[in-house]
Amino acid sequence: MTRSGWIRLAVIGGAVALLEASCRLGLVSRHAVIPPSEMARGAFRALGAEDVRGDVLATLLTVAQSFVLAIVAGFALGVLLHRLPRLRRALDPFLASYYAVPTFVFYPVFIVLFGLNRWPLVTIGFIFAVVAVAINTLDGLSRVPRAFLRTAQVMRLSGRQTLLRVILPAAAPWLFTGAKFAVAYSFIGVIAGEFVQAGSGIGHAIAFAYNSFDNPTMYGLMILLFGTVGTINMILWTWEQRLYARRGGR
Amino acid sequence: MVSDGIQVRLHGVTRIYPAGEGQKPVHALGPLDLDLRQGEFFSVVGPSGCGKSTLLDVIAGLASPTSGTVTFEGRAVAGRVPDGVGVVFQEDASFPWLTSFDNAAFALRRAGLPETDVRERVEHTLSLMGLMPFARAYPAQLSGGMRQRVCIARTLVTRPRLLLLDEPFGALDQQTRLLMGDELLRLWRETGATILLITHSLDEATLLSDRVGVMSARPGVFIDLVETGWPAERDSRIVADPAFGRITGRIWAALRDQSIRALDSAR
Repeated sequence: MTRSGWIRLAVIGGAVALLEASCRLGLVSRHAVIPPSEMARGAFRALGAEDVRGDVLATLLTVAQSFVLAIVAGFALGVLLHRLPRLRRALDPFLASYYAVPTFVFYPVFIVLFGLNRWPLVTIGFIFAVVAVAINTLDGLSRVPRAFLRTAQVMRLSGRQTLLRVILPAAAPWLFTGAKFAVAYSFIGVIAGEFVQAGSGIGHAIAFAYNSFDNPTMYGLMILLFGTVGTINMILWTWEQRLYARRGGR
Repeated sequence: MVSDGIQVRLHGVTRIYPAGEGQKPVHALGPLDLDLRQGEFFSVVGPSGCGKSTLLDVIAGLASPTSGTVTFEGRAVAGRVPDGVGVVFQEDASFPWLTSFDNAAFALRRAGLPETDVRERVEHTLSLMGLMPFARAYPAQLSGGMRQRVCIARTLVTRPRLLLLDEPFGALDQQTRLLMGDELLRLWRETGATILLITHSLDEATLLSDRVGVMSARPGVFIDLVETGWPAERDSRIVADPAFGRITGRIWAALRDQSIRALDSAR
């Protein structure tokens, strides 16, 4: 492990140890926060319960649907805006202020539209993630050096070959960033939606445990959630670092 | 096929860029005529903005002339880069996601050559360019000069009969430019390709070329064609030859007024 990796581990380990000690010594109320060791036990117990495993699966499936839809639609929107500069100029103010809009207020509308199932959650996750993908796609396509496109012309590549062999690899770091945002935003959208109004999913299970004053389960589920999202993000981060290191930031 | 020794012929070529919003059309080039002989090293010098790169684009088929004709080996160049033409740009165009080897192999693989042929040709060209020790290196791990060599190698593997170079050494320091010039001369002799070099450097043009075309300020036309008379076996040591100063002086004499004109119009 690298030196920075050890430092990172030490900071996390230190924070966990400090919280454990604070809870055990009564410096923090057990009604508010339980010791991390009990959280871990809660997580382990929750994983053993069939209904919780069902919740985890439901959430992951919903996030995956949001993610895939956001990637496909966001990429298509990014390409469209790149191809149509006038449309891009017209939509620029909306794109710039998109994340200032509290999209969760539309959740009841989606329930009315799609019914009480997983689709309102998929839609919330999707609309939260799609613009990040579109903006990064647009950014990536705009940054493909002109010399690369001229080189493709000199090599007499077809439009399809130019797209697949030159434009997409050149824009890959930005497309990757868009995908990374899509994962994070899909999780945020779906979990928050499950919190507000859903009959299943990790967000729903956490809200249910909270309302039942079941702190070990609530914290256990939260740890499971952080662990899952953290692992996915770390994998993506490691992948991205390798990509950037090889390309020297280009 | 080249029957009369003329590989590229430009006749009455002009290039006028259409007017943008609230702007006038820009007459960038011509009308000009030019014959490039097969196997010669021809350089183009001229004031900034005189249309040198536009000339290269028109010859390469990257841009169509507004009027006039361009032929390569007797066939009209019409909006598509003809087979047998290679171009190296001033900007670093090495693909950062590919190693030096894969960069050099890029065009051959796209053309569907068998992998054994690709390997043979790429290894030969990388050796020629002194890049074999860096075959597995990514462009980010190479210096600017080496990246430009990767781009030249990527073009040379296609065995172009006409090599168009748009200020390929523009971003390099003077010493590296001289050494890269020597390498280019060696490659030119070994491949027998015709070379058209666009450059800002009068020294570089004099040193490398059989002929130097001096362009006027925009719209660019040739105001002088200077035969250097150098032997094919030459290298950067000819800068000490008294003829070097004489030829460079002649080019500058033709270019000086044009450069002043270009500067005045830019103010």
